[in-house]
Amino acid sequence: MIIQDSDLADIDRLRWQCRRGMLELDVLLEAFLEQHYEALSPRLKRHFIQFLEFPDPIIHAWCIGGESPDDDEFAELVSSIRATSVV
Amino acid sequence: MALEKQRFDTLILGAGGAGLNAALQLANANLKVAVVSKVFPTRSHTVAAQGGVNAALANVLPDNWHWHMFDTVKGSDYLGDQDAIEYMCREAIPTVYELEHNGVPFSRLANGKIYQRAFGGQSQDFGGEQAARTCAAADRTGHAILHTLYQQNIRAKTHFYDEFFAVDLIKDDEGIILGALVLNIATGEPLLIESKTTLLATGGCGQVFRTTSNAHINTGDGMAMVLRADLPLMDMEFFQFHPTGIAGKGMLITEGVRGEGGYLINKDGDRFMEKYAPNAKDLASRDVVARSIVTEVRDGHGCGPEADHVMLKVNHLNEDVIAKRLPGIRESAKIFAGVDPVKDPIPVFPTAHYVMGGIPTDRFGRVMPTADDDGESLPGLYAAGECACASVHGANRLGGNSLLDILVFGRLAGHNIIDYVKENKAHRPLNEASVEASMARLDRWDAKGEGMTVSQLRNEFRKTMEDHAGVFRVEDMMAEGVEKVKKIREKLNDVRLSDHTRTFNTNRTEALELENLIDVGLAIAVSALHRKESRGAHSRPDYPKRDDANWMKHTLYWRESDKLDYKGVRVQPLTVESFPPKERVY
Repeated sequence: MIIQDSDLADIDRLRWQCRRGMLELDVLLEAFLEQHYEALSPRLKRHFIQFLEFPDPIIHAWCIGGESPDDDEFAELVSSIRATSVV
Repeated sequence: MALEKQRFDTLILGAGGAGLNAALQLANANLKVAVVSKVFPTRSHTVAAQGGVNAALANVLPDNWHWHMFDTVKGSDYLGDQDAIEYMCREAIPTVYELEHNGVPFSRLANGKIYQRAFGGQSQDFGGEQAARTCAAADRTGHAILHTLYQQNIRAKTHFYDEFFAVDLIKDDEGIILGALVLNIATGEPLLIESKTTLLATGGCGQVFRTTSNAHINTGDGMAMVLRADLPLMDMEFFQFHPTGIAGKGMLITEGVRGEGGYLINKDGDRFMEKYAPNAKDLASRDVVARSIVTEVRDGHGCGPEADHVMLKVNHLNEDVIAKRLPGIRESAKIFAGVDPVKDPIPVFPTAHYVMGGIPTDRFGRVMPTADDDGESLPGLYAAGECACASVHGANRLGGNSLLDILVFGRLAGHNIIDYVKENKAHRPLNEASVEASMARLDRWDAKGEGMTVSQLRNEFRKTMEDHAGVFRVEDMMAEGVEKVKKIREKLNDVRLSDHTRTFNTNRTEALELENLIDVGLAIAVSALHRKESRGAHSRPDYPKRDDANWMKHTLYWRESDKLDYKGVRVQPLTVESFPPKERVY
């Protein structure tokens, strides 16, 4: 997928992309977006936009199921998402 | 700017398993099909279904559709329509084979046949030995089915409107549905889709309750659209609650935790299930455990600063047992409850999981608009999946029958629509008044000024539903709940958006969802108040017995005046003898 620089600032669009088929992902991804997205580097922002294109079971396995992405850069993002406070 | 219009043979609202399976039948028959989905199709809630699909393939143990039918009728607490149940259990077999041929990667046996696992509520020979009836694709069955059906629809040239929100059905003066007004979430622009036939496949409505396992998208949109079109919802009082959701959040904590030796405690550390179910204790049936938890909280034995939940204790189990036998639970509890279950108990409360009721249909997915036992369907309008009520689950649903329901009735509705369109080739004239009414409803949210926020009213509503129409249902508190929800419905007029931009305005979409939630919530609260018996998932301590003499009937609720009516359960199957009501013993 091609990501333009202007896409990085489109929080409203990303907020809707965080609506998923699983409650766990809704809560975790929306919280991450609100709490941490702004402070990410442009490089990680791009990764997050790409990350949202993965199917729900993969995102679930990475963020909640304890599996790790092979790609180091996604792994960095996943560890940030897992550290998000939703309590 | 003039309202943009598009025309299709069929409009399908919702892109979960029901919508996509219907769309595929239609697109393969060269009909012009539009599928509208508020999220990207493979992010529909079907993706969360891990268990599998029931079908009596007899690949692992002896089985036949008639035994499956018996289990489903019994599971429904005899409120399911036996003609629809027979039809579903017979059609389960070709439906699964069709999915297999379309490419769903079912788990397999060494002999190459589809693997089938055993699940609660499945029996051989009408209540005998355990059966093995559930076909699964590892633990990602819902995802595998959605992904396959989506790809097949792309091949068959189904037209997808992704990230479009359905606002209202459009109807003419005879009540015939002409299509729907939908909203492009990306641009904020409305679009009118005219169609010869319309299928509602918008899924469930768990978000009416504060604590639910349902995704945020499950806001009962199609159900509320039907109510606003002066059509009824059926059996909405029957809502399945899972006893152990993470308190205040809703995520499921599987029964396996209690199966491995975990148990529930109140604020005093008492193992309270010993009091409510001395033999089965924490392994009593779901409804008993759920009701016991709520009773403890209501009696002032709840935990936490709000005293609004109980604790599930697992820290007496070995850490290896938790890691090996309960994978995912530790991470889930850490992330969503902030506790490590190896050290501390998990805060839990019953979580709303599945609605048995919905848009009344016959076994072909045709919407039935009246309480007349021999009434005719509304021409051209169909519903399938969790938003519909065929009624195959009656008062309670069996595991493995929800994916089955959406796939079978999505497919059958598709077949029926093909026949209908052959006979009804022309679009009916558009009714501008209906379009204007819907546009006015949309424009109402442009009002500016001071007011409540969407989230304030949503929180008040969902808490009210949980307290007054949830697990614990007695007359006075339910009657109070109905009045409270009616007042909340009036307060909708006081809600103002904080964001009036057009593109990806989540605030506006959530306002439209809140309107839907409140309409559906009242259907649940009013229907539940008036059913004076306990049956399946509807439990009334003030009417603790099932009452077949007076209540072997379906509830129908209309939004206008919050009217109720009833119609008989269809106890006569298609080709076999009826299963008469018996006391349920498992």
